[in-house]
Parts: sequence; structure tokens; C-alpha cells
Amino acid sequence: MSYIQNTDADRAEMLGAIGVRSFDELLEPIPEALRVKGVLALDPPLAEAALAAHLGALAGRNRPAAGAASFLGGGIYDRHIPALVRYVASRSEFYTSYTPYQAEVSQGTLQAIYEYQSLVCRVTGMDVANASMYDGATALAEAMLMAVAIKGAPRILVPRALSPRYRAVLASYAAARGISVVEIPHGADGLLDGARLESSLGEKTAALVVAQPNYFGVVENAGELAALARAKGAVVIACVDPVSCALIAPPGEYGADVAVGEGQSLGLPQSYGGPLLGFMATRKEHVRRMPGRLVSGTVDIDGKRGYVMTLQTREQHIRREKATSNICTNEALCALSAAVYLAALGEKGFREVAEQSYAKSHALAGMLAGVRGARLPFGGPFFQEFVLELPEAAAAFAARASAAGILPGIPLGADFPELGERAILVAVTEKRTRSELERYRDLLAGKEAGR
Amino acid sequence: MSATIFEKSKAGRRAYRLPENDCPVERIDLPHLRTSALGLPEIGEQDAVRHYVELAAKNYHVDKGIYPLGSCTMKYNPLVNEEAARLDGFTGLHPAQDDADAQGALELMYRLERSLSEITGMSAFTLQPAAGAHGELTGIMLARAYFLDRGEKRATVLIPDSAHGTNPASVAICGFKPKTVSSNERGLIDPAALEKEVTEETAALMLTLPNTLGLFERDIHEIVRIVHAKGGLVYMDGANLNALMGIVRPGDIGVDVMHVNLHKTFSTPHGGGGPGSGPVGVAPRLAPFLPVPRVVAGPDGYRLDDAAPKSIGRVHPYCGNFNVFVKAYAYIRATGGEGLREVSRNAIINANYLLSRLRGFYDLKYPGPCMHEFVLSARNLKRYDVRATDVVKRLLDYGLHAPTVYFPLIVEEALMIEPVETESKETLDRFADALAAIAGEAERSPDKLHEAPVTTPVRRLDEANAARCPDLCCPGDLD
Repeated sequence: MSYIQNTDADRAEMLGAIGVRSFDELLEPIPEALRVKGVLALDPPLAEAALAAHLGALAGRNRPAAGAASFLGGGIYDRHIPALVRYVASRSEFYTSYTPYQAEVSQGTLQAIYEYQSLVCRVTGMDVANASMYDGATALAEAMLMAVAIKGAPRILVPRALSPRYRAVLASYAAARGISVVEIPHGADGLLDGARLESSLGEKTAALVVAQPNYFGVVENAGELAALARAKGAVVIACVDPVSCALIAPPGEYGADVAVGEGQSLGLPQSYGGPLLGFMATRKEHVRRMPGRLVSGTVDIDGKRGYVMTLQTREQHIRREKATSNICTNEALCALSAAVYLAALGEKGFREVAEQSYAKSHALAGMLAGVRGARLPFGGPFFQEFVLELPEAAAAFAARASAAGILPGIPLGADFPELGERAILVAVTEKRTRSELERYRDLLAGKEAGR
Repeated sequence: MSATIFEKSKAGRRAYRLPENDCPVERIDLPHLRTSALGLPEIGEQDAVRHYVELAAKNYHVDKGIYPLGSCTMKYNPLVNEEAARLDGFTGLHPAQDDADAQGALELMYRLERSLSEITGMSAFTLQPAAGAHGELTGIMLARAYFLDRGEKRATVLIPDSAHGTNPASVAICGFKPKTVSSNERGLIDPAALEKEVTEETAALMLTLPNTLGLFERDIHEIVRIVHAKGGLVYMDGANLNALMGIVRPGDIGVDVMHVNLHKTFSTPHGGGGPGSGPVGVAPRLAPFLPVPRVVAGPDGYRLDDAAPKSIGRVHPYCGNFNVFVKAYAYIRATGGEGLREVSRNAIINANYLLSRLRGFYDLKYPGPCMHEFVLSARNLKRYDVRATDVVKRLLDYGLHAPTVYFPLIVEEALMIEPVETESKETLDRFADALAAIAGEAERSPDKLHEAPVTTPVRRLDEANAARCPDLCCPGDLD
């Protein structure tokens, strides 16, 4: 299948107009010896029907979580997605356009980004949000670079109870930039150890990362942690689940300097972990330090309201090596999806997503804690995700459950050996039903009724 | 203008309703509850649809017409790829699922990596980087790890003055010092001048091939030799790979590390500014440093492997923009090896044809033949007080999208044009006719250009005021 429309006759005419006898004359700048001899050894081309069948077969070799009772989370969640989100994001006016360099013919994308920025500000309680980052982990890494630039101190504190994936991405960026990342442990309740935090905060600390809720689902005393960090002059970076912000005090309420997080929960499918949506918001005073694109409202020469990209002197195409970041293409279509999602759910619907996730996760935690041999090791309050200690090895249980159509959570032993091989991270979103929770309980209790 | 979604909000309306909660709780027993309203809009589904359709109508896009942004490769985005990417078997996978549950996804990634290796001649690929600039950063991290492993301290990365701004920005994040290499009068790297710049301090030369002028570095063989002779690496920015498929393989000419842009060369949509994908390919000596996990094929199928002691670690929390991989893989399977060469051949013919139609109307600083794109200058219109901006704003009135302007920086009043291979001759002719007509208008009635655009949803916008007093967030309490 070729998507080229010109014919041999077209090409002959065009080569004539160019003034060459053959295409090869146009390759004159490329030394003969460097050119590919023969044809690239790729599989032969497929016609549309055969291609669709091939991809259908590959998709069919997956067993997607979305088709099971999934309790997998750890940053990516199985949630209801309104049809409206898919409809808008699959309109080609949005998906086949690019960065709005020509503002006059990109007002749709620009206004959508402006609305997205505004929605992120409302959810997080911050002043200014950018047009998006790649994902929550790289958004956090960029926040780290931003904090280090603000403070000029190459050291940041992160909770051990931060997603291990996020810690890994931070470590890569920190190593490249010569930043030291200090891990702060959690106490027996699963909350960040405040005493350890206090003793680790020094003059040379650029930032504290507060994970809210943390990787174990536990709701931190974010306000107290932020106050401790601020007292020592450190920038406070809040890494938050946006859905939790509907219930729990958002970063703006406890004075965070930068709020970042993963926006996949806002209307994006799980898609094996990508594309995702990193969001980043900050306070007005830091806006010129913020990475990424920003859209501003303005007026045209007739005084009509419109939107433009702004503060571009922060960006790489103007500032080159002095830019706040190298980011260029981001996740605009995912940001659009998130904006549509928040508008579709609205004030009440979005709160309901959070409330139902809270209610169902607590219902399940109650059921599972009642099963002999199972317990909840952390006493701290949680939002929608909790650590469960199983009566058996988590991997073995997960395999057994999976065969029964239940994905019971993420075994934690590999990432957190101190929690042991029986620990599993269980997430419960609004999409789960009572009968699914009961099947989980029955399976754990050794009753196979759930089958 | 369109009212914002906030202005259309009316308390009590909903566009979506969740199923009834079958696990109700008495109360929410959490500390630190949110006390303020969120301020999210409330709108019915029909009016929400109309809001976004109204916005959509204000966008120019590839499905509407030619979108000739230089180095952006705005080619057609095949429909079948979109359909495939929407399959539940792809979108419904959670990244923490067992490898056994994701065999189709892992096979697709494995095959995509192998295909990219064949196309570029690079030994191994990582798919993790989420965009081209993210790929650059990853590639430079690899270079850093490579020298660290060898116990070599190298501080500088050489970058031609025609390079995209992401190049120096990516280099700076990794703690290297970018140093500019001047292009010669032909718009190319001068090997003799380069030889003087390359030292034992040079970590890498970062070059775009063809360069952003659309020119192939004729002396690439010598350039690579000079860098390698001092122990440095050659990084290739693959933004312009659309010119080279089946014609030149970067790995064959000595490139050590490169990124490709799936959203450019491999037809995945640009999404209004992402999601993209910027896989990074390396020569064998850099492979041990690639990010983990790697996709490996074994007797029991495919699996993700974390065991790589020299790896730089992760640059993405999972495997990268998987859903974009589906589309790029579909494109490669639809096109095949012969077909990809046809892609590049037609991209080059289209660009040279458009150049031949336009060179009489605008200045050409660096003569061709060009590869897949070319850069004109509107400086010949300055005598009518017309700038490149005026030219492209007028183009919008003709219902066409503008090329990239004022880049690369080394061309005054630059118009950087990449027509791509999927555009037909008739479309190219319409575009050329419009640009030619505009050059005539510049002479006869320059005000038409100064006042342009007049047919677009808004006219020229006040960017200066936006930068002085940015309005970045819709004010709350509109009710």
C-alpha cells in the first residue's frame, strides 16, 4: 500500500521541470559509495485489508486489563472514558494539525490548550499550567531541573514511597545533570518519615518532592511536609494524582511551588503506558522558569479575542542552550483529551469519580482485611489504592487470579524488597463493581465462586 | 471568537454520568479534605460537542491541505493506522501486566525496533523517548555514559549553526558545553574548519542530515573520520530522515547514535503538538548503555529485560508512546522496503520541483539540488517593505498553510519549505502559484501582505502584549 499519489507521468513531468534527466541526478551530493545497494530488507508491503488483519492478530495476542476486573494502578488506571473524549480527539482538525505556529489558523488548538491550562490550574489550585509534558515522571524530572535552577543547589529529596518508575527516570536525569537525589523513608504507617525529612533538609537542598497520595496510596500530611521544606528554603514540588485533588487539598492549598503529575486518569486509555500526559503547574512568580509551551489570551488587530503561544523566550528555539528545557513537541492531543474529559465530567462528575474510587477501594480493603492471613500493613489513610499483605506470594496469587479474570494488583517485592514478596499494591477505581470486589475477596479466601 | 467552555457552563448540566455507585460509604474519612470547589465547567453533551466542533473548525490541518512546515514532515496520516491503534487489545493494556499478557504488544515493539535498525543501519534501538527532543536528550545521555565508562572527560558537543534549538538545549541538560560550528558559503560543514574544532575534549558532533537547509553534507565521510579520529562520537538528528530511506543508512556511514521521529518520517499524526515518539538507535559500542527495559525475543516468546548493568536507566516510566508505535509499525508494514525508498524519492522530487517553480520569485542563498526540503529567502521583497511574515500571513488568505519562517537562523527572512511525498503535483502547483502570486502582490500592492490575513478566524494577534501581561488561565468565579 502506497500513500504516494503522483504517477510515473507526473514524476517525468516534474523531473523535466527541474531540469534533470533522472532522479539519480538529484542524488549527486551523496557520494556513490555511501548509498544503499539494493532494497531494505523489510517484510513485503501489505494491502489495507491484510494490514488490518495482521494488526488485529497482534492485538489479539494481548490480554488487555481493560477486558478484565483490573486492580492494577501504580500511576496508570482503568477508568470510564466518555465517548465525547474519543470523538473530539479523533477529529482530524485536531490530530492532523501541529504546534500552532500560525496562530491565525490554529485558534482551535490554541483555545483548547488555554482551556486545558485553566482546568489544570483549577484542579491543582495553582496559578499557571503549561501546555503539557510527556508524562508524570518526566514532568517531575523537569520540575527537579526547574527547582535546581531556582535554588542553584544540586540536591533534592524524594520519598522512597514515590513510584519506582518515577525514581528511575529522576535518577537518569539527575545523573546527567550532576544532581544528588536523596531518598526519605516512610514510617510504619506508610507516611513519609517527618523526622528523617527534617534531618535531611539542609541549606543545600533545592527541593522536596511530596507524593500525594504516595505510591502506596497513603495520603500524606502534605501541608506539614511543605511547611518543613519551606522553612529550610527548599522548593516544594507536589507530585499528585489529579483525581485525588477532587477530594484532598490540592497543591495550591498547601503552598506548593510546582505541581506535577500523570494525567492519564483524565480520559486517556492505558495503552501499555503511552502516550501519557505530564501536567505541570506553578505559581506566578516562577512562570518564567517553567519549561514547556504556554498559551495566552490576547487580541488581534481588530480587537477581537484570540490566543497565541507566549513567553517563548524561555524556549529552546529562541534561547537554545540557555532555555529552561529542551522540550518542543509535547502531548497536545492528550491535553485536549484531558480538557474534554474534565468538561464532560464537570464539577460534580469529577468529584464522583474520586468519591466512588474512594468508596470502592475502602469497601475492598475492608473485605480483604477480613480474609484469614491477609492484612493491610500500613495504617495511614488512603485514597483509592492500598498495600495488601497476602497469605501467599503475590506473584503466585496474581497468576492464579489472572486465570480467573482478575488482575489483583502490582506485586511490590521486586521494587520494595523490604515489604516482602507477599505485598501487593491494589488500586480500585470507579469502574470496578461490587461483584468484582466480591470475586476478588472470594478468590483470596479460597472460594472459587468468582469463576 | 468562541466563548470558553467556562463561559458556557451552567450549574446542574452534565455531559456524562457514571454508573450508580454500588459500594456507597457513609462519609469520606480522610484528613486534609479539599474545601474549595474545583470550578470545573458544567455542560450538556450536545453543547460540549458543539464547543469542540466550533474550535475544530478554526484549525488548519493536514486533512484540509498542504502543511509545508520545514523539518516537520507533515505527511498524510493513513486512516487504517488510526483504526488499528484504537483496538482494545492495544489501548486496554496496563503497563504492569505480565509479559505473557502483552505478547502482541511486545512483538510489535520488537519488530518495530528491528525495522528501524534495518532502515537506519543502527545496531539497536530504544523506543522509550516520547518525542524528538527527548530522543536527543537520551542520545546525549548515552554519549555521556559511554565516556564515563571509558574514564574519559569530554566537555564539548559541536553543533552546526543551522541546527534546531533543541540540539544545544538537550546537550546543556546533560552538562555538556555546546559549541557552534559555522556553515560554509555552501551551507555545509567545512571539513578543514571542523578539523580545527575537534579535539580530545570533543564528546560529539551533533548534526542533522540532511541539514535544516535541506542539503546533504557532501563531505560526511570526511566529517565522520575527523570526529572519530579524535575519539568523538557522531550524533545524527534524524528529523530529516524522510530524505534518506533506502538511499543512505546512517549506520553505514559511521553515525554512532541518532534519533528518528515516528511522527515525521513514519506518518504518525502530529496531534497539534504531540504525542510524538523519538526512538534512539545506536552503534554496537553504545548498545550496553541503552535505557531499560529492552524487548528481547526468547524461546518462550517476548519479554522485557531489565538486566543491563551499564544502562543509563529509564527515560520514560514505561516503554514509551506505545500507541504511536502501532501506527508507525503499520506504516512500515504497509510500505515495505521498496516503498520506503519510493517515499524518499518522491519527497526529494516534490521538493526539487517546488524549488524549481519558486526560485524565480524568491532568493535562494544556497543552491541545490535539495533533498526533501529547501530554504528560500524573502529578502528580495524587503525593498517593498515586505517581510517573510507578511508573505506567509498572505498565504493563509489563500487557504494554505505557511512554511516555517525565520529558521534556520543563518538565512535572512527564511522560508523553510518541506512539501512531503504524499502531496500531488496539482497541490504543489497550487501552492507554487500562490507563493508566486504573493511575490507579485508584494511589488504591486504590498498592503495586501501587510494587512494579511483577512480571511482567517482572527487576524494578526498582539504577541507583544501577551508576553508582557500573559493571560494564561481563565479567571475563576465567572458566575
